[in-house]
Amino acid sequence: MEQNLLLTYLLFTPIVGSVLVLFFKKEQIKIVRWFGLFISLVAFIISLLVYFNFDSTKSEFQFIHQVIWISSLNVSYNVGVDGISLLLVLLTTFLTPLTFLSTWNSIEKNIKMFTFSMLFLEAGMLGVFISLDIFLFYIFWEAMLIPMYFIIGIWGGEKRIYASIKFFIYTMVGSLLMLVAIIWLAVYASDITGKFTTNLLELYKVGPTIPHQIQEWMFGAFFLSFAIKVPLFPLHTWLPDAHVEAPTAGSVILAGVLLKMGTYGILRYCLPLFPQSAINFAPLISVLAIIGIIYGALVSMVQTDMKKLVAYSSVSHLGFVVLGTFAMTVEAVQGAVIQMINHGLSTGALFLLVGMIYERTHRRDIAYYGGIARIVPLYSVALMIASLSSVGLPGLNGFIGEFLILLGTFKSPVLNSWWYTAFAATGVIFAAVYLLWMYQRVVFGEVKNPELQKQLTDLTTREYIVLIPIFIFIVWIGIYPGTFLDLTDLSTKSILQQVSTFTFDLFK
Amino acid sequence: MPASNFEYYQLLPFIIIGLGIVISVVIEITTKKSEEILPWFSMILFFTVAIYSIVYINNHAVLFGGMVEVGGKPAIFNFIFNIGAMLIVMSSIGYLKKYGSYFGEYYILIQSSVLGMMIMAGSKDILMVFLGLELMSICFYVLAGINRKKSSANEASMKYFLLGSFATGFIVYGIALIYGTAGNTNITYITNNFQTLSSNIIFITGFVLFLIGFSFKIAAFPFHMWVPDVYQGSATTVTGLMSTAGKTAAFSVLIIAMAATFTLNAPNVFKPYFSAIAALSMLFGSIVAISQDNLKRMLAYSSIAHAGYMAIGLAASNTASISGIIFYLAAYTFMNIGAFSVISMIEGEGDSRTNIDSFAGLNAKSPVLAAFMSLFMFALAGIPPLAGFFGKYYVFVGAIEGGLTWLAIVGVISSMISVYFYLRVVVYIYFRESIEEFKPEISVYSLTAVMISGALVLIFGIFPDILLNIINSVVNL
Repeated sequence: MEQNLLLTYLLFTPIVGSVLVLFFKKEQIKIVRWFGLFISLVAFIISLLVYFNFDSTKSEFQFIHQVIWISSLNVSYNVGVDGISLLLVLLTTFLTPLTFLSTWNSIEKNIKMFTFSMLFLEAGMLGVFISLDIFLFYIFWEAMLIPMYFIIGIWGGEKRIYASIKFFIYTMVGSLLMLVAIIWLAVYASDITGKFTTNLLELYKVGPTIPHQIQEWMFGAFFLSFAIKVPLFPLHTWLPDAHVEAPTAGSVILAGVLLKMGTYGILRYCLPLFPQSAINFAPLISVLAIIGIIYGALVSMVQTDMKKLVAYSSVSHLGFVVLGTFAMTVEAVQGAVIQMINHGLSTGALFLLVGMIYERTHRRDIAYYGGIARIVPLYSVALMIASLSSVGLPGLNGFIGEFLILLGTFKSPVLNSWWYTAFAATGVIFAAVYLLWMYQRVVFGEVKNPELQKQLTDLTTREYIVLIPIFIFIVWIGIYPGTFLDLTDLSTKSILQQVSTFTFDLFK
Repeated sequence: MPASNFEYYQLLPFIIIGLGIVISVVIEITTKKSEEILPWFSMILFFTVAIYSIVYINNHAVLFGGMVEVGGKPAIFNFIFNIGAMLIVMSSIGYLKKYGSYFGEYYILIQSSVLGMMIMAGSKDILMVFLGLELMSICFYVLAGINRKKSSANEASMKYFLLGSFATGFIVYGIALIYGTAGNTNITYITNNFQTLSSNIIFITGFVLFLIGFSFKIAAFPFHMWVPDVYQGSATTVTGLMSTAGKTAAFSVLIIAMAATFTLNAPNVFKPYFSAIAALSMLFGSIVAISQDNLKRMLAYSSIAHAGYMAIGLAASNTASISGIIFYLAAYTFMNIGAFSVISMIEGEGDSRTNIDSFAGLNAKSPVLAAFMSLFMFALAGIPPLAGFFGKYYVFVGAIEGGLTWLAIVGVISSMISVYFYLRVVVYIYFRESIEEFKPEISVYSLTAVMISGALVLIFGIFPDILLNIINSVVNL
C-alpha cells in the first residue's frame, strides 16, 4: 500500500517538540513560550497541507500510514483521516497555538512544564482523531489524560486537586471497560477471521456480526466511555468542576477539543461497529441527550459564575451533537459534526473572553460586573459575537449546526417522532435566555463597581490576534458552511451506509 | 538428555553466581575495603549472567537427568532476577551508606538469594524447587532484618520467618502427597501424566497445598498477612528485591507447575482456585491501599493487587496468558524497583520520611525524582503507553481468550480503584506545597538505578515487542 507520511509528521511534531522543551533551562521563560507557539504553528501548517491535499470526492480514509508496531498482537501504527477527522484535526491544531498565545501572561508558574504538557496533550488529541487502529486509539485516549491532569492540577484554581482527580478517575472508569470490550472484539475477530486484529477497517466487517445480546454489552462498554467524555447527562458531573478549576488554556482545550473526542468516538466506533445496538439504543440515548440539552441550559441560567455558566452550556450544546449523531440521517450527522466544530470555536472563544477579563479583575462572578460596555467597548463587542454564535443566531456558525441537527432529527427514521425535535428546540431558546441575560448583566447598565474603572483595560493586540481568527471562522461557517459540509459529506454517508447495510431489516 | 551432550557451559549462570558467592566471602574476609569492592563485584556478576541468559536463550536443555532446565523460560527469568538484583545493589550503595548499616553479608546474601531464584526458575523436579525456594527464603529472612538495630526490622524478619516457614510446611506436605500418588518428583513426568493423576483426590490435595504455599510467596489474598509489615519494616532496598525478584521466582514455579494446562492442554482443574485468589487479591489490595499513608505499606498492598492481576494469567493458563505473566513480571520488576529506589533516597534516619507527607512538594526539591516517581506511579496504575499497561493488557487478552471475561472485568474495576492511590502520590508531588523541609540525599548510583528502571519502563511500554517476541519464542518450550 502507498504510504503517506504527512500525518505522521503532524503527530510527531508536537511529540518531538515536547521532548525538546525539556532541554531548555528553567529561566528561559520567553524562549520556551515562543518555542511552544512555534511548534504548534508548525503543526497547524502541516495540518493545512493535509487539508489542501485532501480529496473530498473520496469517501475512504486518506493519508494512510501503516507500520507494524507490535507484531505479536498484530497491532500496527495505522493513521489516516476522512473528512470528519480532518475537521477535528484542523480544530485541534488551530486552537492550540491560540491557547499558547492566550496564556502569554496568565501562566507564570513552571512554564516549561506547561509547554510540555500542552504539546503532549496536542499530540494525544491528534492521535485520537487519526488512529485507524483501535488499540492505538486507546493508547492516545488514555495517554492524553496525563497532561490534562497536570494542567488542571498545577495551574488550576482553588479546588484544582479535587477537580483533577475527579476528571482522571471518571474518564478512567469509562475507558477501562472499553479496554475489555476492545480485547473482546479483537479475540472475537480472531475466532471469525482467524487473525487477532485491532485494525479498525477490518473490525468494521466483524463488529456487526456479533450476536445481538453480546453486541449490546460491547456497545454499552464503548458508549459509557464516550458518554463520560462528551459528557452525556447524567455523567456530566466532572465537567463543571474540571472546567471551572482549569486555567483558561485548559478550559479552551477541554471544551474545544477534548469533549469532541467523545462524540467523535461515538461516530467512529459505536455506530459503525455495533450498528444494530446503536439503533436499538438510539431512542434512549436521544432522550438522555435532550434531558442534557434542557438540563444544561436550565442550570446555566442560574449560575452566578461566568465560567460555570459557559461550562454548563457545554453540556447543553454537546447534547445536540449526540442527538444529531443518533438521529442517523445525513443532515443530522453532518450537523453534529459541524456543531462539534462550532462548539469548539464559540465555547472556546467564550472561555478565552472570560479568561481575559478574569486576568484583569480576578473575579468571575456575574454580580461583580455590570456596565462594562462603557469601559471596554471592544471587549463587549467580542463577547457579543461569541455569545450570539453560541446562541445560534442565523448568519453565525451555531445556527447552521443546530438547524441541521433539528432538521435531521425531525426526518429521522430511527427516532421516528417529532417530539424529539420539539423538546430539543427548546434548548435553543433557553440558550438565548441564559447567554443574553448573562451578557446583559455583565455588559449593560450602569457601572456597578467603581473598581472596574481601574481594573479593566480593553483588548490588547495579543488578544486580538487570539480572537480574530476564531471570529473569522465563526462568520465563515455561518455564511458559507459549504466549505466544511463538502468535506464531511461523503464520510458521513459512508458511516451511515455501514449502519444501514447491517440493519437493513430495521430500516424497513 | 544423554550424558554425552552434557556441557558445562550450559550451566554457566549457576556457576558464575555460585563462584561469585565464594569469592565474595573471601573478599569480605580478607580486605577491609569490601564495602567498596563487593557492590561492584556483585553488579558485574549479575550483569554478566543477565546478558549471558538473554544471548544464549536458545540453548535450551534439560540437564542432570531431568533436574534442571537451562535456556528458554528460565533464561528470561534469570534475566529478570539478575537485572533486578543489579539495580537493587546499585541503589543499595547510597542507601547503606546513609543508614550506616553496612554488613558484608548484605551483598553475599543478595547473591545467594538470586542463586536460589535461578534454581527455582530452572527446576524440573519438585525437590529442586524446594531447594531453590529455601535458599532464597532463608536469605530473605536474614535480609529483612539487616538493619538489626531497628525493632521494626527485627519484627519484619521474625514475622517473615515464621509465616514463611509455615508456608514452606504447606509446600513440603504438598510435595509429600504428590510424591505419594505420582511415585515421582519429576515435573516432566507429572506434567505428562497430569490428566490421569488429576483424577486422584490425594494428588489434587497435594497440588493445592503446593499452590497454597506458593500463594504465600507471591503475596496473594488470603495468604498476604505477612506482606504489609514485612515490606514496611525491612530495609527499603531489600523490600524492592523481595517484592520483585522474589515474586517473580515464586511465579516462575507456579508457571512450571501449571505447564500441563498450557502446553498439553490438560483441563485446568485449578481454574476456580486461581480465579478466586486473583479476584480477591486485586480487589483487596486495591481497596486497602487507598487508606495507606506510608508509601512502603501502600506499595505492599499494591503488590498484593499486582499478584492478583498476574494470577488471572494462571487461571486462564493459555499460551497468551503465560507470556502475559512473564511480561508483567518484567514490567512490574522495573516499575517497583524504580519506585522503591526513589523512596530509599527520600527516606531519612530511622524509618522517617516514608510517609506520603514527605513527598509533598517534591517537585520543588528535586524535579528529577519527582518526574521519575510519577512515571513509576503512572506505570503501576497501568496508564499506556508504559510497561505496566502492556502487562495488564496481555494478561487480559489471555483471560478473554480463555473465556474468563468476568475476571478481566474485575481486573479493570480494581485498576480503576488503584488509580486513586497511585495518583495521590502524584498529587502530593506536584500539587501540594512542601510540608517538611529536608534535602533529599540523591546518590548518583541510586539515581542511575532509577533512570535505568525508568528507561526500561518506557522502552517496554513503547516497544513491547522487544520483550514479547523473546518471551513468545520460548514460552512453549
